[in-house]
Amino acid sequence: MSEAPRILYCHCAYAQVVPEEVKAAVLHRLCASGVAFDAVADLCEMAARRDTTLQRLASGGAVKIAACFPRAVKGLFHQAGADLPADRVEVLNMRTLSAEAVCQSLEGGVLTPNLPVEKSPAALAAAASRTKP
Amino acid sequence: MSIRDQSTLRVILYEGADAQPLDSGGTYAVMRSLLERGFAVTRASLGGSVAPADRTELLVLGRFAGGHAPRLEDAQGRVAVESLDITGLDADAVAGRVESQRELRGAARHGEWRPWFPVIDYDRCTNCMQCLSFCLFGVYGADSAGRIDVQSPDQCKTNCPACSRVCPEAAIMFPKYKAGPINGDVVTAADLGRERMKVDISALLGGDVYASLRQRSDDAKVRFSKERDEKKALAERQKCLTKLAQAGDIPAEVLMSLPPPDEILRRAQEAKAKAAAALQAQTTT
Repeated sequence: MSEAPRILYCHCAYAQVVPEEVKAAVLHRLCASGVAFDAVADLCEMAARRDTTLQRLASGGAVKIAACFPRAVKGLFHQAGADLPADRVEVLNMRTLSAEAVCQSLEGGVLTPNLPVEKSPAALAAAASRTKP
Repeated sequence: MSIRDQSTLRVILYEGADAQPLDSGGTYAVMRSLLERGFAVTRASLGGSVAPADRTELLVLGRFAGGHAPRLEDAQGRVAVESLDITGLDADAVAGRVESQRELRGAARHGEWRPWFPVIDYDRCTNCMQCLSFCLFGVYGADSAGRIDVQSPDQCKTNCPACSRVCPEAAIMFPKYKAGPINGDVVTAADLGRERMKVDISALLGGDVYASLRQRSDDAKVRFSKERDEKKALAERQKCLTKLAQAGDIPAEVLMSLPPPDEILRRAQEAKAKAAAALQAQTTT
């Protein structure tokens, strides 16, 4: 049986884009659950600094990340040189989901990978034109 | 010092064997207090797993037996480990102790810069270099492979998403922006249409918001010299800038802080030259 996914919580400390009540409820429930987890103040700030902590957080197996939009989270980790493994990451968007939905998923254990993986047609065409002899 | 040169401190809230766990309210208060101050915190307990260790210095907090922090040492001698007993301390006092440890180690002080900067979606980016050519503040560059790269995020102007407006593929995100797709939400066909329309609006202004700004500034200079009325001059300048701000979603304070027209021209030429060089490198590799 595979190990339960790790949990990473982003507090988005330097902006008010994640509803305060959602952040508070998710963090509260994580603390009350007794489960081990990693928490960061703000993934954006760490990505801007290319903080090597993001490499540590991206490694170590399957992980559920409570943060914001999956496309943004993928880009932030990439910016820090710490690509997330698309088949082992599920991002729970605290900007759009309710605290209850986020908590249920975190506690559920089953991981549903949801990072975007497909390149846009324009990006594919541009890449193809660059590789033409 | 660049924001990239600073080391970080990993804080562990230890609630495992040989330590008295905090009650859930206490754990929440300590975690929240540390996160609000910018620290990365791992809650270690007997259930679940966390990210592996690297060479980041560790500060281990816990309610240890007898109220004494044990002396800890990395068995492999690679990582510095410090422990701190927090028995009887409230969340603010814990945060204060951690802050003192951060200062002692010269680790990064968080929260002094609001992290507002572009994040590139490489699944959408065509490497056209329009963003590099557009930005006057040197945020963008090209990496050794000729790929567009955000090289100086701390030079980005807070709340200004203008470069994302000129991206024809909606490949530039600002995760702290209010609306999609700039905030990282899924890009729809309608979004792409809207993005293109926004570029057309700037084209209506003369094809280049900076050229437009220069023209308006020059016009204003003539008017101002005739009027010699500072209040009127300021009002006129603000009116001009407001129109530009609306066209590109550029905060007025960013436009107000732009350098004189000659300097804008120099920077624009420099940015365009960088973009041209990167594009040239793409075709020759």
